[in-house]
Amino acid sequence: MAIAGFLRDAEASSSRAAIALPVRMRDVVYEIAGKRLIDGLSLSLRARSRCVVMGPNGSGKSLTLRILQGLLQPTSGTITWSDGAPGHAERRARRSAIVMQRPVLLRRSVAANLEHALAVYGERRSERRGRVEALLAMAELEHLAARPARVLSGGEQQRLSVVRALAAEPALLLLDEPTASLDPRATAMIEALIDRAHRQGVGIALVTHDIGQARRTADEVVFLSHGRVAEAAPARAFFAGPRSEAAAAYLDGRLFY
Amino acid sequence: MQDFGGAFVEAFSRVLAADADLVEIVVLSLRVSLAAVGIACLIGLPLGAALAVARFPGRGVVLVLVNALMGLPPVVVGLAVYLLLSNAGPMGVLQLLYTPAAMIVAQCVLVTPIVVALSRQIIESLHQEYDEQLRSMGLSRLQAVPTLLWEARFGLLTVILAGFGRAIAEVGAVIIVGGNINHVTRVMTTTIALETSKGNLGLALGLGMILLVLAIGVNAAVMVLRGADRTAHA
Repeated sequence: MAIAGFLRDAEASSSRAAIALPVRMRDVVYEIAGKRLIDGLSLSLRARSRCVVMGPNGSGKSLTLRILQGLLQPTSGTITWSDGAPGHAERRARRSAIVMQRPVLLRRSVAANLEHALAVYGERRSERRGRVEALLAMAELEHLAARPARVLSGGEQQRLSVVRALAAEPALLLLDEPTASLDPRATAMIEALIDRAHRQGVGIALVTHDIGQARRTADEVVFLSHGRVAEAAPARAFFAGPRSEAAAAYLDGRLFY
Repeated sequence: MQDFGGAFVEAFSRVLAADADLVEIVVLSLRVSLAAVGIACLIGLPLGAALAVARFPGRGVVLVLVNALMGLPPVVVGLAVYLLLSNAGPMGVLQLLYTPAAMIVAQCVLVTPIVVALSRQIIESLHQEYDEQLRSMGLSRLQAVPTLLWEARFGLLTVILAGFGRAIAEVGAVIIVGGNINHVTRVMTTTIALETSKGNLGLALGLGMILLVLAIGVNAAVMVLRGADRTAHA
Protein backbone atom coordinates (compact mmCIF):
# COMPACT_ATOMS: atom_id res chain seq x y z
CA MET A 1 0.00 0.00 0.00
CA ALA A 2 2.79 2.39 0.84
CA ILE A 3 4.46 1.65 -2.47
CA ALA A 4 1.26 2.16 -4.34
CA GLY A 5 1.10 5.64 -2.88
CA PHE A 6 -2.07 7.10 -4.27
CA LEU A 7 -3.51 3.68 -4.97
CA ARG A 8 -4.83 2.77 -1.60
CA ASP A 9 -6.19 -0.67 -2.25
CA ALA A 10 -7.30 -3.12 -4.86
CA GLU A 11 -10.77 -1.69 -4.76
CA ALA A 12 -9.55 1.72 -5.85
CA SER A 13 -7.62 0.04 -8.60
CA SER A 14 -10.62 -1.84 -9.92
CA SER A 15 -12.86 1.22 -9.73
CA ARG A 16 -10.24 3.00 -11.80
CA ALA A 17 -10.38 0.15 -14.31
CA ALA A 18 -14.14 0.57 -14.51
CA ILE A 19 -13.73 4.10 -15.81
CA ALA A 20 -10.54 3.40 -17.69
CA LEU A 21 -9.72 4.78 -21.08
CA PRO A 22 -9.68 4.94 -23.99
CA VAL A 23 -10.76 8.42 -24.79
CA ARG A 24 -11.54 9.17 -28.38
CA MET A 25 -11.49 12.64 -29.93
CA ARG A 26 -13.25 12.76 -33.26
CA ASP A 27 -13.13 15.66 -35.75
CA VAL A 28 -12.43 18.12 -32.99
CA VAL A 29 -12.26 21.74 -34.09
CA TYR A 30 -11.26 24.61 -31.88
CA GLU A 31 -11.62 28.11 -33.25
CA ILE A 32 -10.87 31.41 -31.65
CA ALA A 33 -11.58 34.72 -33.35
CA GLY A 34 -12.21 32.88 -36.62
CA LYS A 35 -8.83 31.13 -36.53
CA ARG A 36 -8.84 27.34 -36.57
CA LEU A 37 -6.24 26.32 -34.04
CA ILE A 38 -7.42 22.72 -33.92
CA ASP A 39 -8.60 21.66 -37.34
CA GLY A 40 -10.48 18.38 -37.38
CA LEU A 41 -8.32 16.45 -34.96
CA SER A 42 -9.11 12.78 -34.36
CA LEU A 43 -7.16 10.84 -31.82
CA SER A 44 -7.56 7.79 -29.60
CA LEU A 45 -5.70 7.22 -26.38
CA ARG A 46 -5.56 3.62 -25.25
CA ALA A 47 -6.00 2.64 -21.64
CA ARG A 48 -2.88 2.58 -19.51
CA SER A 49 -0.56 3.43 -22.34
CA ARG A 50 1.97 6.23 -22.65
CA CYS A 51 1.26 8.56 -25.50
CA VAL A 52 3.73 11.30 -26.31
CA VAL A 53 2.32 14.22 -28.23
CA MET A 54 4.88 16.04 -30.35
CA GLY A 55 4.81 18.77 -32.93
CA PRO A 56 6.14 22.24 -33.57
CA ASN A 57 5.03 25.29 -31.62
CA GLY A 58 1.49 26.28 -32.52
CA SER A 59 0.56 22.82 -33.77
CA GLY A 60 -2.12 22.48 -31.09
CA LYS A 61 -0.49 20.20 -28.51
CA SER A 62 -1.35 22.22 -25.42
CA LEU A 63 -4.82 23.02 -26.74
CA THR A 64 -5.45 19.31 -27.24
CA LEU A 65 -4.54 18.57 -23.62
CA ARG A 66 -6.71 21.46 -22.40
CA ILE A 67 -9.65 20.23 -24.45
CA LEU A 68 -9.19 16.72 -23.04
CA GLN A 69 -9.12 18.14 -19.52
CA GLY A 70 -12.31 20.10 -20.19
CA LEU A 71 -10.60 23.47 -19.73
CA LEU A 72 -11.57 24.46 -23.27
CA GLN A 73 -14.76 23.61 -25.08
CA PRO A 74 -14.20 22.50 -28.67
CA THR A 75 -16.06 24.45 -31.33
CA SER A 76 -17.22 21.17 -32.82
CA GLY A 77 -16.41 17.49 -32.73
CA THR A 78 -16.87 14.87 -30.06
CA ILE A 79 -14.84 13.58 -27.16
CA THR A 80 -15.94 10.20 -25.87
CA TRP A 81 -14.60 8.64 -22.73
CA SER A 82 -15.03 4.93 -22.37
CA ASP A 83 -17.29 5.42 -19.36
CA GLY A 84 -19.94 6.85 -21.67
CA ALA A 85 -21.39 10.27 -22.09
CA PRO A 86 -19.49 13.24 -20.68
CA GLY A 87 -20.29 13.49 -17.00
CA HIS A 88 -20.41 16.60 -14.89
CA ALA A 89 -17.30 18.57 -14.10
CA GLU A 90 -16.39 16.56 -11.01
CA ARG A 91 -16.32 13.25 -12.83
CA ARG A 92 -14.24 14.77 -15.59
CA ALA A 93 -11.73 15.91 -13.02
CA ARG A 94 -11.35 12.36 -11.78
CA ARG A 95 -10.98 10.89 -15.24
CA SER A 96 -7.99 13.01 -15.99
CA ALA A 97 -5.68 15.45 -14.27
CA ILE A 98 -3.34 17.93 -15.85
CA VAL A 99 0.17 19.13 -15.04
CA MET A 100 1.11 22.45 -16.61
CA GLN A 101 4.52 23.57 -17.78
CA ARG A 102 4.70 26.11 -14.97
CA PRO A 103 3.46 24.77 -11.65
CA VAL A 104 0.72 26.95 -10.17
CA LEU A 105 1.00 26.27 -6.45
CA LEU A 106 -1.01 27.75 -3.63
CA ARG A 107 0.57 30.14 -1.13
CA ARG A 108 0.62 27.44 1.49
CA SER A 109 2.95 24.71 2.65
CA VAL A 110 3.81 21.74 0.46
CA ALA A 111 1.60 19.45 2.55
CA ALA A 112 -1.25 22.00 2.57
CA ASN A 113 -1.19 22.13 -1.22
CA LEU A 114 -1.85 18.39 -1.31
CA GLU A 115 -4.45 18.61 1.44
CA HIS A 116 -6.29 21.26 -0.54
CA ALA A 117 -6.30 19.08 -3.65
CA LEU A 118 -7.54 16.07 -1.70
CA ALA A 119 -10.30 18.16 -0.12
CA VAL A 120 -11.35 19.39 -3.56
CA TYR A 121 -11.39 15.80 -4.79
CA GLY A 122 -13.71 14.87 -1.95
CA GLU A 123 -11.26 12.80 0.09
CA ARG A 124 -12.51 12.21 3.60
CA ARG A 125 -10.77 14.33 6.22
CA SER A 126 -9.67 11.28 8.20
CA GLU A 127 -7.93 9.81 5.15
CA ARG A 128 -6.18 12.95 3.97
CA ARG A 129 -3.17 12.87 6.26
CA GLY A 130 -2.18 9.38 5.22
CA ARG A 131 -2.60 10.15 1.55
CA VAL A 132 -0.61 13.38 1.87
CA GLU A 133 2.23 11.38 3.39
CA ALA A 134 2.09 8.78 0.63
CA LEU A 135 2.08 11.44 -2.07
CA LEU A 136 4.95 13.31 -0.41
CA ALA A 137 6.95 10.10 -0.26
CA MET A 138 6.24 9.40 -3.89
CA ALA A 139 7.57 12.85 -4.83
CA GLU A 140 10.48 12.56 -2.39
CA LEU A 141 9.36 15.76 -0.72
CA GLU A 142 8.75 14.51 2.84
CA HIS A 143 11.54 16.66 4.24
CA LEU A 144 9.98 19.77 2.69
CA ALA A 145 6.39 19.10 3.80
CA ALA A 146 6.15 22.19 6.00
CA ARG A 147 7.94 24.57 3.63
CA PRO A 148 5.97 27.18 1.67
CA ALA A 149 5.42 25.51 -1.71
CA ARG A 150 6.32 28.55 -3.78
CA VAL A 151 9.87 28.81 -2.50
CA LEU A 152 10.81 25.30 -3.60
CA SER A 153 13.13 24.83 -6.56
CA GLY A 154 11.59 24.45 -10.00
CA GLY A 155 12.08 20.68 -9.97
CA GLU A 156 10.58 20.29 -6.50
CA GLN A 157 7.61 22.45 -7.45
CA GLN A 158 6.98 20.35 -10.53
CA ARG A 159 7.23 17.07 -8.57
CA LEU A 160 4.68 18.50 -6.17
CA SER A 161 2.37 19.43 -9.00
CA VAL A 162 2.65 15.94 -10.50
CA VAL A 163 1.64 14.23 -7.26
CA ARG A 164 -1.04 16.85 -6.72
CA ALA A 165 -2.50 15.75 -10.06
CA LEU A 166 -2.16 12.10 -9.03
CA ALA A 167 -4.14 12.94 -5.89
CA ALA A 168 -7.17 12.97 -8.19
CA GLU A 169 -6.55 9.26 -8.87
CA PRO A 170 -6.95 10.00 -12.58
CA ALA A 171 -7.28 7.35 -15.25
CA LEU A 172 -5.29 9.64 -17.52
CA LEU A 173 -2.49 12.00 -16.53
CA LEU A 174 -1.99 14.88 -18.95
CA LEU A 175 1.38 16.61 -18.87
CA ASP A 176 2.09 19.76 -20.83
CA GLU A 177 5.87 20.07 -21.23
CA PRO A 178 6.40 19.35 -17.53
CA THR A 179 10.20 19.42 -17.80
CA ALA A 180 10.63 22.27 -20.28
CA SER A 181 12.38 24.49 -17.77
CA LEU A 182 14.12 21.83 -15.66
CA ASP A 183 17.70 20.61 -15.54
CA PRO A 184 18.54 16.99 -16.47
CA ARG A 185 18.43 15.68 -12.90
CA ALA A 186 15.08 17.30 -12.12
CA THR A 187 13.85 16.03 -15.49
CA ALA A 188 14.90 12.48 -14.60
CA MET A 189 12.99 12.68 -11.33
CA ILE A 190 9.84 13.83 -13.11
CA GLU A 191 10.21 11.02 -15.64
CA ALA A 192 10.60 8.54 -12.78
CA LEU A 193 7.36 9.84 -11.27
CA ILE A 194 5.56 9.52 -14.59
CA ASP A 195 6.93 6.02 -15.00
CA ARG A 196 5.76 5.05 -11.54
CA ALA A 197 2.27 6.41 -12.13
CA HIS A 198 2.14 4.49 -15.39
CA ARG A 199 3.17 1.24 -13.71
CA GLN A 200 0.30 1.78 -11.29
CA GLY A 201 -2.16 1.85 -14.16
CA VAL A 202 -2.43 5.53 -15.01
CA GLY A 203 -2.55 6.39 -18.70
CA ILE A 204 -0.10 9.08 -19.74
CA ALA A 205 -0.41 11.79 -22.37
CA LEU A 206 2.79 13.80 -22.44
CA VAL A 207 3.49 16.83 -24.57
CA THR A 208 7.20 17.39 -25.04
CA HIS A 209 9.75 18.93 -27.37
CA ASP A 210 12.48 16.81 -25.82
CA ILE A 211 13.08 14.03 -28.33
CA GLY A 212 15.19 12.05 -25.88
CA GLN A 213 12.37 12.21 -23.37
CA ALA A 214 9.91 11.10 -26.01
CA ARG A 215 12.09 8.08 -26.82
CA ARG A 216 12.39 7.18 -23.14
CA THR A 217 8.72 7.64 -22.33
CA ALA A 218 6.56 6.81 -25.32
CA ASP A 219 4.62 3.66 -26.10
CA GLU A 220 3.09 5.56 -28.96
CA VAL A 221 3.64 8.93 -30.56
CA VAL A 222 1.09 11.35 -31.93
CA PHE A 223 2.61 14.03 -34.13
CA LEU A 224 0.55 17.17 -34.63
CA SER A 225 0.92 19.72 -37.35
CA HIS A 226 -1.35 22.70 -38.01
CA GLY A 227 -3.96 21.44 -35.56
CA ARG A 228 -4.24 18.01 -37.13
CA VAL A 229 -2.73 14.61 -36.49
CA ALA A 230 0.05 14.30 -39.04
CA GLU A 231 1.06 10.88 -37.79
CA ALA A 232 0.15 8.47 -35.02
CA ALA A 233 2.37 5.43 -34.64
CA PRO A 234 3.92 3.06 -32.11
CA ALA A 235 7.02 4.74 -30.68
CA ARG A 236 9.46 2.23 -32.06
CA ALA A 237 8.16 2.61 -35.62
CA PHE A 238 7.93 6.36 -35.32
CA PHE A 239 11.52 6.86 -34.24
CA ALA A 240 12.80 4.24 -36.71
CA GLY A 241 11.37 6.29 -39.55
CA PRO A 242 8.41 8.64 -39.40
CA ARG A 243 6.11 8.34 -42.36
CA SER A 244 4.96 11.95 -42.45
CA GLU A 245 7.15 14.63 -43.95
CA ALA A 246 6.30 16.99 -41.07
CA ALA A 247 7.51 14.55 -38.41
CA ALA A 248 10.62 13.61 -40.37
CA ALA A 249 11.53 17.27 -40.75
CA TYR A 250 10.88 17.92 -37.07
CA LEU A 251 13.09 15.05 -35.92
CA ASP A 252 15.87 16.24 -38.25
CA GLY A 253 15.57 19.77 -36.94
CA ARG A 254 14.56 21.04 -40.34
CA LEU A 255 11.97 23.74 -40.93
CA PHE A 256 8.84 22.44 -42.58
CA TYR A 257 5.65 24.28 -43.42
CA MET B 1 -5.28 82.70 23.72
CA GLN B 2 -5.01 79.12 24.92
CA ASP B 3 -2.12 77.80 26.91
CA PHE B 4 -0.93 75.22 24.37
CA GLY B 5 1.87 74.02 26.60
CA GLY B 6 -0.61 73.36 29.40
CA ALA B 7 -2.88 71.53 26.97
CA PHE B 8 -0.06 69.19 25.96
CA VAL B 9 0.83 68.51 29.56
CA GLU B 10 -2.79 67.71 30.35
CA ALA B 11 -3.05 65.53 27.26
CA PHE B 12 0.02 63.49 28.22
CA SER B 13 -1.03 63.13 31.82
CA ARG B 14 -4.54 61.97 30.79
CA VAL B 15 -3.07 59.40 28.40
CA LEU B 16 -0.45 58.19 30.85
CA ALA B 17 -2.90 58.01 33.74
CA ALA B 18 -5.41 56.16 31.55
CA ASP B 19 -8.02 58.76 32.51
CA ALA B 20 -11.44 57.08 32.90
CA ASP B 21 -13.26 59.39 30.46
CA LEU B 22 -10.56 58.92 27.90
CA VAL B 23 -10.51 55.14 28.24
CA GLU B 24 -14.28 54.96 27.92
CA ILE B 25 -14.17 56.95 24.70
CA VAL B 26 -11.31 54.96 23.23
CA VAL B 27 -12.99 51.65 24.07
CA LEU B 28 -16.28 52.74 22.52
CA SER B 29 -14.47 53.94 19.39
CA LEU B 30 -12.69 50.62 18.99
CA ARG B 31 -15.86 48.65 19.70
CA VAL B 32 -17.87 50.55 17.11
CA SER B 33 -15.20 50.56 14.41
CA LEU B 34 -14.14 46.94 14.89
CA ALA B 35 -17.76 45.79 14.77
CA ALA B 36 -18.37 47.89 11.66
CA VAL B 37 -15.28 46.52 9.94
CA GLY B 38 -16.16 42.96 10.98
CA ILE B 39 -19.62 43.19 9.47
CA ALA B 40 -18.26 44.99 6.40
CA CYS B 41 -15.81 42.11 5.87
CA LEU B 42 -18.50 39.45 6.28
CA ILE B 43 -20.43 41.18 3.52
CA GLY B 44 -17.62 42.66 1.49
CA LEU B 45 -15.02 39.90 1.18
CA PRO B 46 -17.30 37.23 -0.36
CA LEU B 47 -18.96 39.91 -2.48
CA GLY B 48 -15.62 41.25 -3.70
CA ALA B 49 -14.42 37.74 -4.48
CA ALA B 50 -17.64 36.87 -6.29
CA LEU B 51 -17.37 40.08 -8.33
CA ALA B 52 -13.79 39.18 -9.18
CA VAL B 53 -14.65 35.76 -10.62
CA ALA B 54 -18.19 36.21 -11.92
CA ARG B 55 -18.95 37.32 -15.46
CA PHE B 56 -22.38 38.79 -16.09
CA PRO B 57 -23.94 41.55 -18.18
CA GLY B 58 -23.54 44.91 -16.46
CA ARG B 59 -20.49 43.82 -14.49
CA GLY B 60 -18.56 46.87 -15.66
CA VAL B 61 -21.28 49.21 -14.38
CA VAL B 62 -21.28 47.44 -11.01
CA LEU B 63 -17.50 47.81 -10.75
CA VAL B 64 -17.65 51.53 -11.52
CA LEU B 65 -20.40 51.98 -8.93
CA VAL B 66 -18.51 50.06 -6.24
CA ASN B 67 -15.35 52.04 -6.91
CA ALA B 68 -17.33 55.28 -6.77
CA LEU B 69 -18.90 54.25 -3.45
CA MET B 70 -15.42 54.06 -1.93
CA GLY B 71 -15.44 57.84 -1.91
CA LEU B 72 -18.86 58.24 -0.26
CA PRO B 73 -18.95 61.48 1.75
CA PRO B 74 -19.43 60.46 5.40
CA VAL B 75 -21.95 63.20 6.14
CA VAL B 76 -24.14 62.01 3.29
CA VAL B 77 -23.98 58.46 4.65
CA GLY B 78 -24.77 59.85 8.10
CA LEU B 79 -27.78 61.68 6.70
CA ALA B 80 -29.01 58.60 4.83
CA VAL B 81 -28.67 56.35 7.86
CA TYR B 82 -30.32 59.05 9.99
CA LEU B 83 -33.32 59.13 7.65
CA LEU B 84 -33.46 55.35 7.70
CA LEU B 85 -33.35 55.04 11.48
CA SER B 86 -35.29 58.13 12.57
CA ASN B 87 -38.74 57.58 14.04
CA ALA B 88 -40.40 58.49 10.76
CA GLY B 89 -38.01 56.32 8.74
CA PRO B 90 -38.54 52.78 7.48
CA MET B 91 -36.43 51.29 10.28
CA GLY B 92 -37.55 53.68 12.99
CA VAL B 93 -39.24 50.92 14.96
CA LEU B 94 -35.81 49.51 15.81
CA GLN B 95 -35.11 52.63 17.91
CA LEU B 96 -31.45 52.56 16.96
CA LEU B 97 -30.86 56.26 16.39
CA TYR B 98 -28.36 57.77 18.83
CA THR B 99 -27.03 54.38 19.89
CA PRO B 100 -23.65 52.77 19.13
CA ALA B 101 -25.56 50.36 16.85
CA ALA B 102 -26.50 53.26 14.58
CA MET B 103 -22.86 54.30 14.43
CA ILE B 104 -21.86 50.76 13.50
CA VAL B 105 -24.41 50.77 10.68
CA ALA B 106 -23.10 54.11 9.36
CA GLN B 107 -19.45 53.07 9.47
CA CYS B 108 -20.31 49.73 7.94
CA VAL B 109 -21.93 51.51 4.99
CA LEU B 110 -18.76 53.55 4.57
CA VAL B 111 -16.35 50.65 4.87
CA THR B 112 -18.15 47.93 2.87
CA PRO B 113 -17.51 49.51 -0.56
CA ILE B 114 -13.81 49.82 0.30
CA VAL B 115 -13.64 46.15 1.24
CA VAL B 116 -15.58 45.08 -1.85
CA ALA B 117 -13.61 47.19 -4.31
CA LEU B 118 -10.12 46.49 -2.98
CA SER B 119 -10.69 42.78 -2.38
CA ARG B 120 -12.16 42.51 -5.89
CA GLN B 121 -8.93 43.93 -7.34
CA ILE B 122 -6.68 41.63 -5.32
CA ILE B 123 -8.72 38.49 -5.98
CA GLU B 124 -9.16 39.22 -9.65
CA SER B 125 -5.42 39.23 -10.24
CA LEU B 126 -5.03 36.05 -8.17
CA HIS B 127 -7.86 34.47 -10.09
CA GLN B 128 -6.04 35.04 -13.37
CA GLU B 129 -3.13 33.13 -11.93
CA TYR B 130 -5.16 30.25 -10.49
CA ASP B 131 -8.15 30.01 -12.81
CA GLU B 132 -6.90 27.23 -15.08
CA GLN B 133 -5.42 25.20 -12.24
CA LEU B 134 -8.55 25.35 -10.09
CA ARG B 135 -10.88 24.64 -13.01
CA SER B 136 -8.71 21.68 -13.97
CA MET B 137 -9.39 20.31 -10.50
CA GLY B 138 -13.11 20.56 -11.19
CA LEU B 139 -13.88 23.72 -9.24
CA SER B 140 -16.30 26.17 -10.79
CA ARG B 141 -15.54 29.89 -10.61
CA LEU B 142 -17.75 30.37 -7.55
CA GLN B 143 -16.47 27.22 -5.89
CA ALA B 144 -12.99 28.68 -6.23
CA VAL B 145 -13.91 31.66 -4.03
CA PRO B 146 -12.97 30.14 -0.64
CA THR B 147 -9.59 29.03 -2.01
CA LEU B 148 -8.95 32.44 -3.54
CA LEU B 149 -9.94 34.25 -0.32
CA TRP B 150 -7.41 32.22 1.62
CA GLU B 151 -4.70 32.67 -1.04
CA ALA B 152 -5.31 36.43 -0.88
CA ARG B 153 -5.14 36.52 2.91
CA PHE B 154 -2.14 38.82 3.23
CA GLY B 155 -3.48 41.29 0.70
CA LEU B 156 -6.90 41.14 2.30
CA LEU B 157 -5.47 41.99 5.72
CA THR B 158 -4.30 45.28 4.26
CA VAL B 159 -7.80 45.79 2.89
CA ILE B 160 -9.28 45.18 6.33
CA LEU B 161 -6.81 47.58 7.91
CA ALA B 162 -7.60 50.21 5.27
CA GLY B 163 -11.27 49.79 6.14
CA PHE B 164 -10.50 50.10 9.83
CA GLY B 165 -8.51 53.26 9.16
CA ARG B 166 -11.48 54.78 7.37
CA ALA B 167 -13.89 53.79 10.14
CA ILE B 168 -11.88 54.90 13.16
CA ALA B 169 -10.96 58.28 11.63
CA GLU B 170 -14.44 59.15 10.40
CA VAL B 171 -16.45 61.86 12.14
CA GLY B 172 -19.24 63.15 9.86
CA ALA B 173 -21.46 60.08 9.84
CA VAL B 174 -21.19 59.01 13.47
CA ILE B 175 -21.84 62.50 14.81
CA ILE B 176 -25.14 62.63 12.89
CA VAL B 177 -26.46 59.17 13.79
CA GLY B 178 -24.80 58.88 17.19
CA GLY B 179 -25.46 62.39 18.42
CA ASN B 180 -22.20 62.59 20.37
CA ILE B 181 -23.97 61.85 23.67
CA ASN B 182 -21.65 61.80 26.67
CA HIS B 183 -21.01 58.26 27.99
CA VAL B 184 -23.25 56.79 25.26
CA THR B 185 -22.14 57.59 21.75
CA ARG B 186 -19.09 59.77 22.20
CA VAL B 187 -16.14 58.43 20.23
CA MET B 188 -12.63 59.79 19.69
CA THR B 189 -13.29 61.84 16.58
CA THR B 190 -16.55 63.37 17.76
CA THR B 191 -15.03 64.18 21.14
CA ILE B 192 -12.09 65.91 19.51
CA ALA B 193 -14.47 68.03 17.43
CA LEU B 194 -16.60 68.92 20.43
CA GLU B 195 -13.85 69.52 22.99
CA THR B 196 -11.85 71.62 20.54
CA SER B 197 -14.85 73.86 19.92
CA LYS B 198 -15.30 74.15 23.69
CA GLY B 199 -11.65 75.12 24.05
CA ASN B 200 -10.97 72.02 26.15
CA LEU B 201 -7.77 71.14 24.32
CA GLY B 202 -6.23 68.68 26.78
CA LEU B 203 -8.71 65.85 26.18
CA ALA B 204 -8.86 66.61 22.44
CA LEU B 205 -5.09 66.46 22.11
CA GLY B 206 -4.86 63.26 24.15
CA LEU B 207 -7.38 61.55 21.89
CA GLY B 208 -5.67 62.97 18.84
CA MET B 209 -2.39 61.41 19.96
CA ILE B 210 -4.07 58.04 20.46
CA LEU B 211 -5.66 58.23 17.00
CA LEU B 212 -2.27 59.03 15.49
CA VAL B 213 -0.62 56.14 17.28
CA LEU B 214 -3.40 53.85 16.02
CA ALA B 215 -2.91 55.10 12.47
CA ILE B 216 0.84 54.54 12.64
CA GLY B 217 0.34 51.15 14.28
CA VAL B 218 -2.09 50.06 11.57
CA ASN B 219 0.31 51.11 8.83
CA ALA B 220 3.23 49.42 10.52
CA ALA B 221 1.17 46.24 10.79
CA VAL B 222 0.42 46.43 7.07
CA MET B 223 4.11 46.74 6.24
CA VAL B 224 5.12 43.87 8.50
CA LEU B 225 2.43 41.61 7.04
CA ARG B 226 3.41 42.45 3.48
CA GLY B 227 7.02 41.72 4.29
CA ALA B 228 6.07 38.40 5.88
CA ASP B 229 4.07 37.51 2.79
CA ARG B 230 6.93 38.26 0.45
CA THR B 231 9.50 36.29 2.39
CA ALA B 232 7.24 33.33 3.12
CA HIS B 233 5.50 32.78 -0.18
CA ALA B 234 7.68 34.40 -2.83
